Amino acid sequence: MPRYVLRRLGFLLLTLLLTSSIIFAITQVLPGDVARVILGREAGEAALNSLREELGLNDPLPVQYLRWLGNFVQGDWGESFSTRTEVRPLVQQRLGNSLMLAAVTLGIAVPVGIALGVIAGLNENTWVDSVVNVSALSVVGLPEFVTGILLIEIFAFRLGFFPANSSIRPGTNFVEALPMLILPALTASLVLLGYISRMTRVGVIGEISKPYVRTARLKGLSRWSVTYRHVLRNALMPTITVIAISFGWLISGLIVVENVYNYPGLGRLMLFAIDRRDLPLLQAVAMLAVLAFAFANLAADLFYAYLNPKIRLQ
Amino acid sequence: MIPALSVEDLTVKYRNGPGPVTAVREVSLEIQPGEVHGLVGESGSGKTTLALAVMRHLPEQAVITSGSIRVDGQELIGLSPERLRPIWGSQIAMVPQDPLSALNPTLRIGKQLSERFEALSRSDARDKAIELLEMVQIADPARVARSYPHQISGGMQQRVMIAMALSAEPKLLILDEPTTGLDSTTEAVVLDLIRELMRARQTATLYVSHSLGVIAQFADRLTVLYASELVEHGSKMDLFENPLHPYTCGLLDSVPRLGENKREIQLRSIEGRIPSLEDLPSACVFAPRCPVVIDICQETRPALEGAGATRQVRCYRWEETRAGEIDPRQPPAPPPLERPTIAETALQIENLEVRYDQPRSLAEWLRRSPRQSVRAVDNVRLTIRKGETLGLVGESGSGKTSLAQAVVGLVDSAEGRVELFGAELPTQIKHRDRETLSRLQMVMQNPDEALNPYLTVGQSLSRPLALLRGIHSEEEVRRLLEGVRLPPEYADRYPAQLSAGEKQRVAIARAFAAMPGLVLLDEPVSSLDVSVQASILNLLNRLQTEHGTSLLLISHDISVVGYMSETVGVLYLGQLMELAPSENLFDPPYHPYTEALLSAIPLLDPKATQERVRLRGGIPSSLEPPSGCPFHTRCPRFIGDICIEQTPPWQEDKTGKRIFCHIPVSDLRREQGQVFAMRKRE
Amino acid sequence: MTKESTTAGVTPARVWRPFTVLTRLFGRPASAAGTSIVLIFLLMALIGPWIAPYGVNEQIPSETRQAPSPDHWFGTDHLGRDVFSRVLFGARDILLLAGLGTFLAVLAGTAIGLLSGYRGGTFDEALMRVFDSLLAIPALLLALLLLGVVGPARNALLIVIVFVYTPIVARVARSVVLSVKSKGFVQAARMRGESETWIIFREILPSAFPTLTVEGALRFSYAIFLIAALGFLGIGVQPPNPNWGLMVAEAREHVFQTPWALWMPALAISVLVIGVNLMADGLRRVLRVPGA
Repeated sequence: MPRYVLRRLGFLLLTLLLTSSIIFAITQVLPGDVARVILGREAGEAALNSLREELGLNDPLPVQYLRWLGNFVQGDWGESFSTRTEVRPLVQQRLGNSLMLAAVTLGIAVPVGIALGVIAGLNENTWVDSVVNVSALSVVGLPEFVTGILLIEIFAFRLGFFPANSSIRPGTNFVEALPMLILPALTASLVLLGYISRMTRVGVIGEISKPYVRTARLKGLSRWSVTYRHVLRNALMPTITVIAISFGWLISGLIVVENVYNYPGLGRLMLFAIDRRDLPLLQAVAMLAVLAFAFANLAADLFYAYLNPKIRLQ
Repeated sequence: MIPALSVEDLTVKYRNGPGPVTAVREVSLEIQPGEVHGLVGESGSGKTTLALAVMRHLPEQAVITSGSIRVDGQELIGLSPERLRPIWGSQIAMVPQDPLSALNPTLRIGKQLSERFEALSRSDARDKAIELLEMVQIADPARVARSYPHQISGGMQQRVMIAMALSAEPKLLILDEPTTGLDSTTEAVVLDLIRELMRARQTATLYVSHSLGVIAQFADRLTVLYASELVEHGSKMDLFENPLHPYTCGLLDSVPRLGENKREIQLRSIEGRIPSLEDLPSACVFAPRCPVVIDICQETRPALEGAGATRQVRCYRWEETRAGEIDPRQPPAPPPLERPTIAETALQIENLEVRYDQPRSLAEWLRRSPRQSVRAVDNVRLTIRKGETLGLVGESGSGKTSLAQAVVGLVDSAEGRVELFGAELPTQIKHRDRETLSRLQMVMQNPDEALNPYLTVGQSLSRPLALLRGIHSEEEVRRLLEGVRLPPEYADRYPAQLSAGEKQRVAIARAFAAMPGLVLLDEPVSSLDVSVQASILNLLNRLQTEHGTSLLLISHDISVVGYMSETVGVLYLGQLMELAPSENLFDPPYHPYTEALLSAIPLLDPKATQERVRLRGGIPSSLEPPSGCPFHTRCPRFIGDICIEQTPPWQEDKTGKRIFCHIPVSDLRREQGQVFAMRKRE
Repeated sequence: MTKESTTAGVTPARVWRPFTVLTRLFGRPASAAGTSIVLIFLLMALIGPWIAPYGVNEQIPSETRQAPSPDHWFGTDHLGRDVFSRVLFGARDILLLAGLGTFLAVLAGTAIGLLSGYRGGTFDEALMRVFDSLLAIPALLLALLLLGVVGPARNALLIVIVFVYTPIVARVARSVVLSVKSKGFVQAARMRGESETWIIFREILPSAFPTLTVEGALRFSYAIFLIAALGFLGIGVQPPNPNWGLMVAEAREHVFQTPWALWMPALAISVLVIGVNLMADGLRRVLRVPGA
């Protein structure tokens, strides 16, 4: 197990190194002249040159990348082009908001998704299974901006249960924010729900037909023991990986959902940054999202390894 | 006395596909307490379906449409799953074929053994598990109880399954090919255990197997199934000595027995293919393949007739067979040509070594530490003469497949010198020219993967013709098919429309298309049904005779290798242990490993005698092969430190047999007797 | 050897015929519905411009904010544009973009995956590491990054789709190669001296077809999803483009006056994506590709 953990950590570092270089390449190399992006089209050659010198844009690319990465790791995320303030405090507060929303979303999607998948899988080829399966396929097909607007229409405008706008003020704590979190979280969870339930269903069906389940049945164990102790124990292990993968979906979903509900998270900040061509801000947001995804994957890998004796006892 | 199991007129049908398909047709059998009943059949015979039906645990699509199953007098048909549950827990138990998949991968062995005893406290449950493991002679029961299934060897896993089955103290035990996936030396140990336990407990047993040898050693009575139908039933002696049904005769004749060679005895293969359950012959299911078929066999289904007090046959002509008026045996294959006295060398292998590099971790890569590697083949020397067959026998991990792949150039890191008809072979296939390629071909292990599923048989056969011989003619494709006894219209078929035996024929035709001087055969018959095996072996012998081809035959089955070859090599952990002319292979002196192998094979003759030489433990990992003699960790004739420290010498005895052992040949000859003795058949 | 064969083997080569696949797709209600939806949308995209009653950006100042009626089936928006016509044009727009993007990604991904997987070695390892890193960036995020920096342009969207999905397809293709590479028929081809091209494209590619077909259908659905989401966020497309997502975003500001201008494109995209998903699921069953 320790070897396995080390190997996973190594993978994580390698992945982060590569992804950060991709992000750097996209944001720093692709736009062409960053100095011109900052100063605009009318800037004079002298001003451009001095800014290039100041930002170190005349250095070779690898040097620029390493300096950028070094600064990022040390917590110096640069200064926003548009607000002319430090990027880090700006981003940190939004990150907190996004994590709150993500937590509520996962809190809805994971238990419900698993439960539906297990029910469908245990009743393979019955009407229950078909209903769950087709609804899951349908839910996966509904874009967040459609479900979001639909939920607002029903629960905010028609029924008035929740506010249509979730633009919480900075520093709002979780309990106060919760009513405003429900609708966006519900919206973001639908796609995940469909995905998680379908993968869980496949896991359960695959496991039920394995010979060891027959062994357990032929031991004379009760239906409940066979299902609970043998089938689910193994069928739910891959679900951990599924949840980690769905974290990537969640990040994509949150970007849309935050914009539907005007929720002040990283997703909205990212659009703001794109709108203003604010490269440092964009880099920081992208790096945080990738970090979150990578750590979710690491956590899932380790948890899976812990549950799976084949890896744990290596 | 109430029989432990009584099955009457049982019919099982599968509902998938267009219409219901009969998998078991009106089968009856009875097992008395303490009796071992063998159930023999090939694929599609319905033996597994029958076993599962007896357990009342058929797959969903299968339905029992009629009949009765009584275990210890209690009728099982019609019981709900809730009512069956206590019966599963106590009356019937089953040991399945593949123990690893039959064990829950995430529960400890001890837990899986004791979970049936729900009333026991935690420590009592642990003691119970250990007690059960001791019963199946596991040396370190406490450790095994704490282990997970993947941590113990296959033989050990199967013992656990046996312990689990017996822990219910069942009235009826079903063994479904319990040793099929095991290596022969491990199989022998597990079979010994089963035999002992059954003798001690007198549990009625239904032993399902495709292996006649195992049945010959185990069963008291046996039932032969063919294509859903019970064809013959009787005591073991009756069936083995005087089979009355042509199919039983065919089965017994189609397997080479240990010690036989093609120059003495010709196998009689059952021609034709096993019918698929979708279109079974309407009258006698065996009629299309029967050598003594008469009109009525194709018109009305024969009844199961009593041929004595405890014997039944489903054949119209059994009385003629018993009276010796007809011979229900298949015709023998023509004998091979005489062995050439002096022949040129086809293949010469010197010091061949095959390594597989293990992947390095990132840290190892950064430190530039050398790659760990597995030595799959080590220091092998062989010579094959033109027109001869050299057989290599070995268990899993012996490196036999790696050796073949190295010769044909499919592995990246082979070292040593390989010469084909006097010319040195480049190691990798991409450095070999057309002519070299055409002289050396190989038939792969698994016929199901040997042919591209998206190409027709004709397309598969025409490629080597075009590439290696420059022939573009459909005529030649038809000739190739004819050479392997397949009708010309097969050229338009896809592999999925072929039976396994037919696929193997096409694969053989493809290998011979290039007119090679040497063909390597990697387990050519191991995945085929018994009745098909003989026809493939006969085919290979015929092609060899016709083309003067040399063969390198690789198999785990020492009977097959001994039958087919002029010379036999025995491989263990990538090294040759013995190289013997096949006529001397079965007589002492033996290499201690060969001795164990010969002792491990279940003999096809119920009256045969066999020494009991058993090996301890499992095959060591080839990542850390033992020092000195690779066999020293398991050798029953281990003589001391010399075996651990020094590489053994090659010794040659008078007959030309070469043995890789520290024990002098003269000593071996003095200490070893004939491992087995079996009557020769004519 | 003890496996009872109860069903006749279905010839893969026979299953893999477009017509057979289509007939089988209509064998189950769910996949039949999905396939029909996809076919109807394809037809809409093909003949849309000819049957559209109005031009895509044709504004009728006298008929702004009209509710659905026989004249305007889906009503008109705040600028007096016919929503039905715009949805029709949008279908062509999104299907063309998503279809072409998916096609190119499948093409590139298959070629890279097959070649890299067959050759193996250090290059393959390194390439897969890079692909894994690309996959560690969520698709929408990657698309936003690229488009945010490059700015809105029609071709940019296409390139982004290809860039985002090629690594995924390559991984899938590679996994098939690895499972087929060591099989007997590939080794036999090597032993008779077939060229690498022949082995990859004639011996291996057919085995990858079912998996790649299903993967292509899935990618197609995700691409539609992605394009619509980008349109909704206003990235990569600009008004007055009839991108359904953009139409929804524009109509949101007038949701109380012209709800139909919002719901009609929203409905179109939902129905289409669900249709593609159901069809992909059906394809998976018909072609017997494992997975969910």
